[in-house]
Amino acid sequence: MRENLTQLTYLAAAILFILGLRSLTRPDKARRGMQQAAVGMLFAICGTLINHEIVDYRWIAAGLVLGAVIGYPLGMWVPTTALPQRIAAALSFSALAAVLVGVSEYYNALHGVSPALDRAHMTAIGFEVLLGSLTVTGSLVAFGKLQEILPSRPLTFPGQNVANGLLFLIAFSLFVLVVLDPTRTYAFYGMIAIATLLGVLMVVPIGGADMPVVVALLNSYCGLAAAATGFALGNSILIICGALDGASGFLLSILMSKAMNRSFANVLFGAFGGGAPAAAVGAGGALPVRAISAEDAAIQLAYATRVIIVPGYGMAVAQAQHQVRELAELIEKRGGEVKYAIHPVAGRMPGHMNVLLAEANVPYDRLYDMDEINGEFPQTDVVLVIGANDVVNPAARDDPKSSIYGMPILDVDRAKTVIVLKRGMAAGFAGIENMLFHAPATSMLFGDAKASLSKLVSEVKAA
Amino acid sequence: MLILELYIFVLAGFVGFMVITRVPPLLHTPLMSATNAISGISLVGSLVAAGSQRSSVATILGFIAVVCATTNIVGGFLITDRMLKMFKRDDPKAKTATETKPASTESK
Repeated sequence: MRENLTQLTYLAAAILFILGLRSLTRPDKARRGMQQAAVGMLFAICGTLINHEIVDYRWIAAGLVLGAVIGYPLGMWVPTTALPQRIAAALSFSALAAVLVGVSEYYNALHGVSPALDRAHMTAIGFEVLLGSLTVTGSLVAFGKLQEILPSRPLTFPGQNVANGLLFLIAFSLFVLVVLDPTRTYAFYGMIAIATLLGVLMVVPIGGADMPVVVALLNSYCGLAAAATGFALGNSILIICGALDGASGFLLSILMSKAMNRSFANVLFGAFGGGAPAAAVGAGGALPVRAISAEDAAIQLAYATRVIIVPGYGMAVAQAQHQVRELAELIEKRGGEVKYAIHPVAGRMPGHMNVLLAEANVPYDRLYDMDEINGEFPQTDVVLVIGANDVVNPAARDDPKSSIYGMPILDVDRAKTVIVLKRGMAAGFAGIENMLFHAPATSMLFGDAKASLSKLVSEVKAA
Repeated sequence: MLILELYIFVLAGFVGFMVITRVPPLLHTPLMSATNAISGISLVGSLVAAGSQRSSVATILGFIAVVCATTNIVGGFLITDRMLKMFKRDDPKAKTATETKPASTESK
């Protein structure tokens, strides 16, 4: 009876979760849908608390209270600019929970306080802790890079891929050993140790601009670890949520890789921006660059009728989204039309630019995906590129020799005039020269994005 | 039992894939934080580990797992809600509706 009630709450939770995710296809319904998903979570928790196996509620109560106390500030106080690292940290929490549950299951079975593990359950626990521990440290490194505690450039050493491959083989052999005989504790804990190390080694060589793929991929591992927990415990809601989470992460990583025209393998093992493309840089040194003053740029913007703003990671770093919105409003007041062109991998996580602009009260129907807006650039008077580089590099479209050739880009170079806000002439993340900056239609406004935009705002006001 | 669980896993994966394919890039960040909050469901496993008093090691590990999972549930749902609240349309009629009670008028 009790067991049936628990299962019913799980079923309700599963339905509400799926409906919640479905609501995310509609921005106007998403909030309500996710609130319903939160109610579903509450059902599942209550349904679990009546489980007859639970005999002592003290640790549970303490854990729930402590978790809520830590979770509240992480939900309410973290600024939107810190979202990528916030998500990376959350991934490592969820993976840690999966690992700990797996270890406690294993420990209990080993010490005879719960039934011995058959091969199927041991396999599930093995997957759980293997994927889980890899995700814990992988996400922590991603967090460190995004928070800039660790250098965000790729850290590589010779023989890295060989070393990682060997470690993976060892971890997998230990996995097989412990599945064949669960009493081999050395294999179980050894596997955790190696997976933990592997998590670090896998993410360290990946550079900042590839973080969207990595975060999405870790999200997917995290989901698979949760699903494995479900198999180990025979718990269907865990399996369902793990599958949903895994599918979502997997899909996002495919989308992100596509948006960079790179395979998974290339992102994970390529250590992009490491050294190879350096050859292309030198050639551009002597090319002409036209700098522009804020006054002149403001006049172009003030009298433009069609303006497209292309935000990039530079806008996030300078936290300039509010100034962007202010400038856009001024242009609109003067009769111009302003749209935003969002490249799928602009920023450090999927959808990064959209959230920042939404925070600055930019209506979401002004934000356009790459495919929607690319046809409009030729009819655009002024394109304002704010801290974006590789995603607007025409070499990706025109130069088969370029290392980013084939990556879909925003066709900014086809617009009538382009103003690029940039701190200096440093090459972008990929380390390649951007011919857009030397094009006759392009002028460069150097300086911090926020300061430049504030200047533009006051100049447009005066114009 | 195992084969039944595999069915659940594969079918749920399909449903997830179908549903999430249709999420626009606009909401990809809220999607990540939403799936993150949902993955806090590992709490149901942690609760049993922390409360079944089989061994003190399991209890302690379970306790830490409960803290981690609850952090994700509370923080994850709150931050998703906070983000989704920020996405507004430009339509002046819808604007007042979305600001006070989001989507409540249209969702019926």
